[in-house]
Amino acid sequence: MAKEKKGVRLEHISKIYKDPKSGKDFYAVQDTNLEIEPGSFVTLLGPSGCGKTTTLRMIAGFESPDEGEIYLGGEPINALTPNKRDTAMVFQSYALLPHYNIFDNVAYGLKLRKMDPEVIKSKVADILALVGLEGMENRMTNQLSGGQQQRVALARALVIEPGVLLFDEPLSNLDAKLRVSMRTEIRRIQQEAGITAVYVTHDQSEAMAISDKVIIMNKGIVEQVATPHEAYYYPKNEFVADFIGEANFIEATVVAQDMVQVDGVNLKCTTGTLSTGSCCDIVLRPEGAFLADEGDLSGLVEYSCFMGAYQDYHVRVGHNLVKIQEYNPKNKKIYNVGDKVFLNFEENTLYAL
Amino acid sequence: MAKSQSASLERKKLLADPILCTTIVLLVVFLTVFILYPLAILLVDSFVSDNGITTDIFKRVMGLSNFRRAITNTLKVGFLVGIISTLIGLLFAYVEVYVKLRTRFIEGLFKLVSMLPVVSPPFVLSLSMIMLFGKAGIITRFLLKIYDNSVYGFWGIAIVQTLTFFPVCYMMLKGLLKNIDPSLEEAARDMGASRLKVFMTVTFPLILPGLGNAFLVTFIESIADFANPMIIGGSYDTLATTIYLQITGAYDKQGAAAMAVVLLGITLLMFMVQKYYLEAKSTATLSGKASRERMLITDKSVTVPLTIACSALAIFVIVMYICVPFGALFKTWGYDFHLTTKWFEQVFVRYKGLKTFKDSFVLSLISAPITALLSMIISYLVVKRKFKAKGFIEAVSMLAMAVPGTVLGIGYIRGFAGGIFGTGILQSLYGTGAILVIVFVVRSLPTGTRSGISALRQIDKSIEESAYDMGADSFRVFMTVTLPLIKDSFLSGFITSFVRSITAISAIILLVTPSYLLITVQINEFAEKGSYGIACAFATILIMITYGSVLIMNLLMKYFGTSKKVKFDE
Repeated sequence: MAKEKKGVRLEHISKIYKDPKSGKDFYAVQDTNLEIEPGSFVTLLGPSGCGKTTTLRMIAGFESPDEGEIYLGGEPINALTPNKRDTAMVFQSYALLPHYNIFDNVAYGLKLRKMDPEVIKSKVADILALVGLEGMENRMTNQLSGGQQQRVALARALVIEPGVLLFDEPLSNLDAKLRVSMRTEIRRIQQEAGITAVYVTHDQSEAMAISDKVIIMNKGIVEQVATPHEAYYYPKNEFVADFIGEANFIEATVVAQDMVQVDGVNLKCTTGTLSTGSCCDIVLRPEGAFLADEGDLSGLVEYSCFMGAYQDYHVRVGHNLVKIQEYNPKNKKIYNVGDKVFLNFEENTLYAL
Repeated sequence: MAKSQSASLERKKLLADPILCTTIVLLVVFLTVFILYPLAILLVDSFVSDNGITTDIFKRVMGLSNFRRAITNTLKVGFLVGIISTLIGLLFAYVEVYVKLRTRFIEGLFKLVSMLPVVSPPFVLSLSMIMLFGKAGIITRFLLKIYDNSVYGFWGIAIVQTLTFFPVCYMMLKGLLKNIDPSLEEAARDMGASRLKVFMTVTFPLILPGLGNAFLVTFIESIADFANPMIIGGSYDTLATTIYLQITGAYDKQGAAAMAVVLLGITLLMFMVQKYYLEAKSTATLSGKASRERMLITDKSVTVPLTIACSALAIFVIVMYICVPFGALFKTWGYDFHLTTKWFEQVFVRYKGLKTFKDSFVLSLISAPITALLSMIISYLVVKRKFKAKGFIEAVSMLAMAVPGTVLGIGYIRGFAGGIFGTGILQSLYGTGAILVIVFVVRSLPTGTRSGISALRQIDKSIEESAYDMGADSFRVFMTVTLPLIKDSFLSGFITSFVRSITAISAIILLVTPSYLLITVQINEFAEKGSYGIACAFATILIMITYGSVLIMNLLMKYFGTSKKVKFDE
């Protein structure tokens, strides 16, 4: 559907803001380099204040970078105003024009492009069908539910066939159930339209579900660019490991290639480039281990709680407190607080930082 | 860390938008020439004489005993009026927000009181004060049989100004009280505090900055007021009237300029305190929205006295207003109460009434749309755009609020009579209707801008950004998104500016030439002469025009206002 899929490239982008309290300048985004492939779905993920929205708004043109250059489809766009950029944004608050009906909202961008009224009519009808709002042209925006409003916002952005579609936390005003179904919907529409998309969210599960690649940001710096799979299993650092999913960090020493030692016990673990003899933290996902009466590492249960889908344990191993989630607990032995247990690790689950 | 790149990029983006750029440049020029320059010229006038920079002029002016007296007079009136207006305003606001008003009648009274200062010319109360309590006053002469009561002077001004300005305090404080979360007071009640204790320990401290704010606003209004002291002041001169007399009576333009600088200094100082200290503070303590409806006080021992006090005051104010049309219908006020139309006939036959109303009406009608549009543009730029001159535009258009009309008038005389800096540029403007229109615009701009800014702040920034993002330039965004969304504010700006213009006097009286006849100037003239019948006839028609305009505005709002079609999600 898009005329041309465009890639986005950020070269050494920095944005400096003034802290309103102390009056000091600080980097909201610092020396960021990104390459977003044409047609891909990329998520900027991070806690609030990490610079993800600022980055998105710089791509849209609402903010100007203090250093570096942004390229859209190979062209530098730093000096272009938002209305001259081939981008379209879906806003967190939907930002529908409240004095227009659905048709006029969706047709707004097309009318600015001075298209033939008949063409506009059919394009609007097509795009409303794509987002599942056929025949709603004459409704006013306040007659729609939140989910429907967000669909209109999406339709309005899609219909002008932008080179890149930008999403600024589009689902955070919706309730939890709707959020899950809408994200699948957004992904489907993006693939059908074959459009490049940059998506900002602080919700890691949303990012995992929707993206080809996630860009994890923290304090203005890009921590890792990876597929959801890589980011989960091979986090680059503690921040990423902790932010994506839950993680235990267990202190260990590398004793050989792919072998670490914890409390005198040798464990198989991906060590990557870490040299033998160095100290490291091994990352253990809560579902990556199970408890048994015998096994690899001994520990003491300090907390045990039934959560439905899984049994939640905190196990003291040396001076580490390890969180374990055992799924489908109905058919498994349940340990209680004070029980002595052994941790057993699933194949290929340990990863050293 | 250098922010130079973003600054230069923002500049480039701005330059890519020629309509926006031109608008900004024109605005800056307009504000500089018609607000800053006239004030600057007053400074020049009062500090520069033939022998270079000097304070001689100030020394000379301060040496005038009538000027020194005018300063103390003005401050005395200002303080008294400020305090009493705030207290009465608080009483009304408290009763409206906290007390269950039993009847529609009393609700109506409250509404009327809040609307009167908007629709009435500023000096109507002075007229009725004289007619009720003066030498020939109905109450003094006929009810109380006092034949030599003098309403002129300090108490006359103070009473009239208080009655004129307290509704403004009432409206300001009502807004504040409504924002207090009832649960704060309920918590105090729950812990055992009496109603009085709750008011003294919770409500009062919370609105204290707001009270200060109301006081200062009234104080500024009072010391800038020209018309009331002119009509009812008698020999009790205030700064505004002294300055006026200095230029019209003594032809001492430099002296008047120096005096104007003193008056401006006082109002500016008060304005700064109000704007940058109290306003921020009062909103900071009361930023929260009321979570629930307040339980209204129904206790009779509280409601009855408060309601009676407010109603009595409200009825008194309304009677004073009603007095004016009657003044125009009686043969000789205070002596002969036969109904007559002779004053109205005189207005139209002898005193060019038709031309007067036409001139006032047309000039105000020209200035109203200009003001409304200009203030919406300024609010849009200030709230939604980033650019260098933004601070300047906001500051100067707000500054106009602190400039008393008399000061502006003197500034225009000094600034434009000989052209800009005496060069003859724009000299042709002087004495024309155009300069009157400009004065009207400048005088109404701050109120319009204020309402525009608060309306725009309610609108999510991303609504305009989305339009911008889809390819609309600033001009289109403003026309297709901003303006439709603040239609209400635009309409009310239009009418308010019209009403303010048609009732304005202080700046205009110094600038108007015999080729233009204005209602307010006529009223002032006849009231000065003691021809109250004619003054009342003029005033009656003026009130009818303004009241009619407000009614039309309310109708328009009802049928075309945004609030009907669109509900805003915050």
